[in-house]
Amino acid sequence: MADDAKARQGEKGAAPAPAGEDVKLTKLAECAGCGAKVGAGELARLLSDIRVRRDPNLLVGFDKSDDAAVYRVTDDIALVQTVDFFPPIADDPYTYGAIAAANALSDVYAMGGEPKVALNVMAVPEDMPADVVHQILRGGYEKVYEAGASIVGGHSIYDREPKYGLAVTGFVNPARMLTNSGARPGDALVLTKALGVGVITTAAKAGLAAPADVAAAEAQMMRLNRYARDVMVAHDVHAATDVTGFGLLGHALEMAQGANVSLELDAAAPALLSPRVRELARLGILPAGMYRNRHFAESSVDVGDVPRDVQDLLFCPETSGGLLISVAAADADALLADLLADGRVPDARVVGCVGEAGAAGGARIALR
Amino acid sequence: MKIDARNLTCPKPVVLTLEALPKLAPGESLQVLVNDSVAEGNLTRLADEKDCELGVERSGKDVTLTFSPRGEVAASEAAATEAAAFCNVPDRTSAVVAVDTDSMGRGSEELGHILMKGLIYALAHQDQVPDTMLFYNGGARLTCEGSESLEDIRELESRGTKVLTCGTCLDFYGIRDKLAVGGVTNLYAIAQIVAARPGVTVL
Repeated sequence: MADDAKARQGEKGAAPAPAGEDVKLTKLAECAGCGAKVGAGELARLLSDIRVRRDPNLLVGFDKSDDAAVYRVTDDIALVQTVDFFPPIADDPYTYGAIAAANALSDVYAMGGEPKVALNVMAVPEDMPADVVHQILRGGYEKVYEAGASIVGGHSIYDREPKYGLAVTGFVNPARMLTNSGARPGDALVLTKALGVGVITTAAKAGLAAPADVAAAEAQMMRLNRYARDVMVAHDVHAATDVTGFGLLGHALEMAQGANVSLELDAAAPALLSPRVRELARLGILPAGMYRNRHFAESSVDVGDVPRDVQDLLFCPETSGGLLISVAAADADALLADLLADGRVPDARVVGCVGEAGAAGGARIALR
Repeated sequence: MKIDARNLTCPKPVVLTLEALPKLAPGESLQVLVNDSVAEGNLTRLADEKDCELGVERSGKDVTLTFSPRGEVAASEAAATEAAAFCNVPDRTSAVVAVDTDSMGRGSEELGHILMKGLIYALAHQDQVPDTMLFYNGGARLTCEGSESLEDIRELESRGTKVLTCGTCLDFYGIRDKLAVGGVTNLYAIAQIVAARPGVTVL
């Protein structure tokens, strides 16, 4: 339990003086946010020979590479289950906690569901000041409160590298659940947040990011996908996923493969957090996750004559990124208008469309 | 000019290279030694952006990237200025250094004090400072008032080194109230630190 860690923190009277206020939280992290994710290919390989029970009520399991598992309880209620945590992605502990929570909650929204209860997942260094731990938790609790859900417990351990996140349980009507494999040829693709978190957080580790860009990235990461989800479920949406560690192209590829369709993405269409993110990408300020994502997805992506820095941004890991929504073309304009009218989804854009699987067979993505 | 950027995590190799490029004399090239594919990919992009010809030479895991600028690389960019500032922020190694005496080596105790002072001064001025320094038995005197190394140990602490002195030792010598830098620790905490690291260097 998280409260445990706090209590024991207080007991350590003879403990060394904590490293101090001036220590940047992100300096304690090897990788930033969802950049810390194990590659998709690696994960599939690790699990390939392990026996899994088949259950007719398990509507979405790991084999679907979806955002969350969905388990049918009754004909109109299904459980949505997910967990997500990562090392500090922001220096301010409250901001870090809120981002980790928004990111974990997002997987439920990506299934079209509503989160109800959550458990803290936490690792903290023994000498982390109790107030810092408290602020991380406060960020998490307030985000979960904003989501209309409750934190009902959790587990925390000591670790040199801090980690925080949530295991989230939500509900969805199975008939209205949105997987990442329902895209249909003719659909339009809508992305609800801007890109650039991966390069800005990498640059921030080196003090190379403009403070305004860091603030924009943090504000976006803290923003719940709840608002986009609430608008989305009122439209003729066929599939959805959230864009996180595998980058826009990685998650888009999962969507294409899940439905055996091809996608065409307009590389210039997604909003960028700042015009400077392209400059950072050109300088090679790119996280390791970009290369993992490229390695995994590259052979299925026709990059056309899109400049390399833009490609890199599309492959770059995002943390607490937007929803990628496959919506009936006839309803795309209305969905976009409603998202923008909400005021809390200002960076929503139509970023591409869905086509038939290529003649050569297989799901591919073409950039234009 | 040469930079050894092996084992540095992204984006540090880029930052070091970004800082070094404007300092090259006309016609001079910059060699950057790296040993992971992320640094190599990032530096390849940097070479394009800064209009440098890039030579790549592999030797086992090590890759030497040779940057030959086609023109002058401007240093005026805000990024480069900030990069310089970043590079002054020292990194820590994962090393744990244990100090069990205030006199280094055997022989003259006077010489031993001089050596210890010199060694701690040198440690404080390395590019990378230790993660943790443990002071016990005679070493406990070094973190207390009257120690000639106080300034250097404070410098180490300000650069991120955790400075810990054994409480039992402070009590034994009756100098607990003289502790002037770092925190107090106990054998249990020392055992944890020692058990968690691959090697502890005893001065």
